[in-house]
Amino acid sequence: MDSKIQDAIFQHQDEIVEQWLKEIRKFRTEDSLQNITDTMYENTNREFVDKLFSTVKNGEDTGQESLILFTERLIQLGWPLNYIIRGLQDFRKKIVKTLSNSGNEQYQSLFFLQEIENWIDEIVNILVNEYSGSWENTVFLQKMALKELSAPLIPVVDNISVMPLIGMIDTERAKYIMENLLHGVIEHRSEVVLIDITGVPVVDTMVAHHIIQASEAVRLVGASCILVGIRPEIAQTIVNLGIDLSKFPTKSTLKKGIESALELTNRKIIEFEG
Amino acid sequence: MQVQTHVDIHSEWGIVAARQAGRKLAREIGFGSVDQARITTAISELARNIYLYANKGKIHIEEVVSSGKRGIKVSAIDQGPGIKDVRKVMEDGFTTSGGLGAGLPGVKRLMDEFNIDSELNNGTTITAIKWLR
Repeated sequence: MDSKIQDAIFQHQDEIVEQWLKEIRKFRTEDSLQNITDTMYENTNREFVDKLFSTVKNGEDTGQESLILFTERLIQLGWPLNYIIRGLQDFRKKIVKTLSNSGNEQYQSLFFLQEIENWIDEIVNILVNEYSGSWENTVFLQKMALKELSAPLIPVVDNISVMPLIGMIDTERAKYIMENLLHGVIEHRSEVVLIDITGVPVVDTMVAHHIIQASEAVRLVGASCILVGIRPEIAQTIVNLGIDLSKFPTKSTLKKGIESALELTNRKIIEFEG
Repeated sequence: MQVQTHVDIHSEWGIVAARQAGRKLAREIGFGSVDQARITTAISELARNIYLYANKGKIHIEEVVSSGKRGIKVSAIDQGPGIKDVRKVMEDGFTTSGGLGAGLPGVKRLMDEFNIDSELNNGTTITAIKWLR
């Protein structure tokens, strides 16, 4: 960036920041960021504007890096895209406005541009809102659908329930598994719960740890757990990893698991003759 | 021809991506289903360690050829806090995060070659190789 402009921007930094903060506060009242606390919003705004100024300073390197980290955090916290866009547009407007008001003739012509930009920015905002709104909606719905699918507990016969697990298990899902398991055990009055891991592609130490914890919790509420659906390759990796599942009844298939669950509850399957 | 894949780890989804990339390459090289499971599990452990302790890092997965043998090499690189006592983390049951403490010694057993390079406050590089038999 031209060092003259850089200097001019820094000269008016306080003014720009002040005006920008005022503008971005307005944005909150009209949009969806209501569930964020005042201090949180204020702090984020400050950080955002600091990051923006640091990109002026350093040109390319470090400023952008930390800006990316900042946005990654916003994404994780679920801040909408239009916050960033509105913030940037207002930032530009404030800079242009402050500089053109500073009396230096060089910056006077910027004012015309500003008019056009205001108009275009408005359209950009509307379109971005449409797009990102529909993405956010889709992602949200899929997340809900996934959550519903993630850890079902199915009562198969009296006192016996099955929890089939399919796909990868992350920390969030492990939490649902635990909750659903305990909740379901009490609701269905299960004595035996079968956890079926046929559909879990990788059993690493974290997955094993979660399953061990879940079964320990199930034991505490007075039921017992059988781990079923251990494929041969999974059995070998579990042994290689050195995970101790010896306290834990396991069976290769769901069918065998149900048989031994019936046994545990003093029942068995009999075939009728004739 | 040597194939190389890089996966950035900065969320739990990165772990899944690394795992899938590893499984794909392992299958292409010709590993059987048990070894595929071993390699994927090892990648999963390494990637999870990055996510858990260093927040972000990279997993490199590549094919290696040495004296006629083919194999798969997994490197986990991060700029995290480093490992204080490398001998200790290789003990079974040692953990600082409340896990099982079987991750790194487990990876060593799952793979054929294993090497840790770690400097305190300066990051960790772990490489592991599995040879095709």
